[in-house]
Amino acid sequence: MSSSDSDHDRDHDRDRDLTSRSAAGLAAAVRSGEVSAREVVDAHLARIEALDGSVHAFLHVTADGARARADALDAQRRSDGPESLPPLAGVPVAVKDVLCTRGVPTTCGSRILEGWLPPYDATVVARLEASGAIAVGKANMDEFAMGSSTENSAFGPTHNPWDLGRVPGGSSGGSAAAVAAGFAPLALGTDTGGSIRQPAALCGVVGVKPTYGRVSRYGVVAFASSLDQVGPFARTVEDAALLLEAVWGHDPADSTSIPTPCEPILPGLERGVAGLRVGVVRELTEVDGIQPEVSAALEQAVKLLEQAGATLDSVSVPSAIYGLPAYYLIAPAEASSNLARFDGIRYGLRVVPGEPGSANAAAMNGATRHAGFGAEVKRRIMLGTYALSAGYYDAYYGQAQRVRTLIIRDFDRAYEHFDVLLSPTTPTTAFPLGDKVDDPLAMYLSDVCTIPTNLAGAAAMSIPAGLDGSGLPIGVQVLAPGLGEAVMFRVARALELGFGFAARARPGGPA
Amino acid sequence: MSELTREQVRHVAKLARLDLSDDELDRFTGQLAGILDHAARVSALDTDGVPPTAHPFPMVNVLRPDVVKPSLDRDEVLACAPDARDGRFRVPRILEDEA
Repeated sequence: MSSSDSDHDRDHDRDRDLTSRSAAGLAAAVRSGEVSAREVVDAHLARIEALDGSVHAFLHVTADGARARADALDAQRRSDGPESLPPLAGVPVAVKDVLCTRGVPTTCGSRILEGWLPPYDATVVARLEASGAIAVGKANMDEFAMGSSTENSAFGPTHNPWDLGRVPGGSSGGSAAAVAAGFAPLALGTDTGGSIRQPAALCGVVGVKPTYGRVSRYGVVAFASSLDQVGPFARTVEDAALLLEAVWGHDPADSTSIPTPCEPILPGLERGVAGLRVGVVRELTEVDGIQPEVSAALEQAVKLLEQAGATLDSVSVPSAIYGLPAYYLIAPAEASSNLARFDGIRYGLRVVPGEPGSANAAAMNGATRHAGFGAEVKRRIMLGTYALSAGYYDAYYGQAQRVRTLIIRDFDRAYEHFDVLLSPTTPTTAFPLGDKVDDPLAMYLSDVCTIPTNLAGAAAMSIPAGLDGSGLPIGVQVLAPGLGEAVMFRVARALELGFGFAARARPGGPA
Repeated sequence: MSELTREQVRHVAKLARLDLSDDELDRFTGQLAGILDHAARVSALDTDGVPPTAHPFPMVNVLRPDVVKPSLDRDEVLACAPDARDGRFRVPRILEDEA
């Protein structure tokens, strides 16, 4: 290296600037020629290289592929002009490891899929590529998306960039941490019971669970098929909308994908909230063990929306508190069926017990699943199998499905009077690593405010609402009826303006 | 709702084709009982005459034209498998000689 110290400092400042910009800002800078896609990607890869050893947001960094893609976009700009570039050209994105990426390891945080190379891309991954966004790596997660802390990853936990001794939330903890740490301005996650919104809240970023069926599940390794939905993480509400609009829409490869056109979000984002009716969900603001600072942030959100011209009132969704128990019957039931495919036959791990040639296929199945799955996945498979088994089906699974109907009806009634609803995203801010690993039920309770939306198939998002006394981020949740993304984002944007949240995680200490 | 016993857990594990160690059986019996106890709260709601919801958007008969389209390459798919031979997945024997 011949560069002087001042050159080095300048490069460092440049990288720090690029890794703190928004996706919209980076896309504009690449299009204008202010920076190349390659410079943007290199800056983010350098930050990952420097800091991910302590955060562990990624299971696999796709540095070579990302640089090649950036070079190709830069070449396209030179040959065909800036207008030829797709909307997110040059913007780095982290991809949760539950999304299939052709030829790139996809483990779902599980030993049972270690070394597997998917033979195809998930639809959302293909759409990302078409949008010009550049995948920089596969983000860490709770094994098969089961968990609320990313501690259930078979490859070690992710650390919260705001406090490395705390969890980032989960299951999409790697995606949330990557965005909070400045490893990428955007990330994709999945949300089955809160797995985007809860880590977004704990990491101080925006996280969106779109309406069920709005984003394709093709190529998303299934956890609970009637609840799973892919969605974006970003540091701004506008960026989250950009990413959602890049990947959503009907996909013939997913028969549960909604065929009606998507109402665009971005054109109405700045319309404000004057005249909108916002209901604060009583049952989700009075949950046990709620941190006083979380309640205070919600009260502030109410004031901010009132000042912006919305009408606020309290609303009851009585069955919402039954969301958690219903979820822990429905989700494991679906999981026990979906995870039957991991049997040591078609992909991943195979363990053959005993003397060579002595075991039959059933013995191989049992030994493979014993060795390949972690404790939480085993618990959920057991719970689901039990809830579906003869003699218990109606009392557990059947009753949970009827409660699901009641939850949908209660939300429908609430939306007769309100355009959107408001609640905390999580009862508390980020908890210390190890705090809840031996108490599954305590872990589950951190999703009490997010689960009802998944059961209803509706949309919801978390946005940062300041920091608690320990400097940890707090999230508030905006809930909308199915296909209500446009109005939900308007409210989120008004809250973003009101809170003016500008603090940044510093995982490497003050820079 | 009934008490969950270690034997029931062992039986459910067998149904799920999931080998569990003695230690796992002990640990899971207590943990699953606690979780099921919480989940049983759903029985507190009166659901007489309420239909079950299996899916948030009941879409039926999603049709498409019956035309041949490209599919995954067989060799590429088999390359993911722990064992394959002659264009097929290879597995240990499935029938047991129960002597």
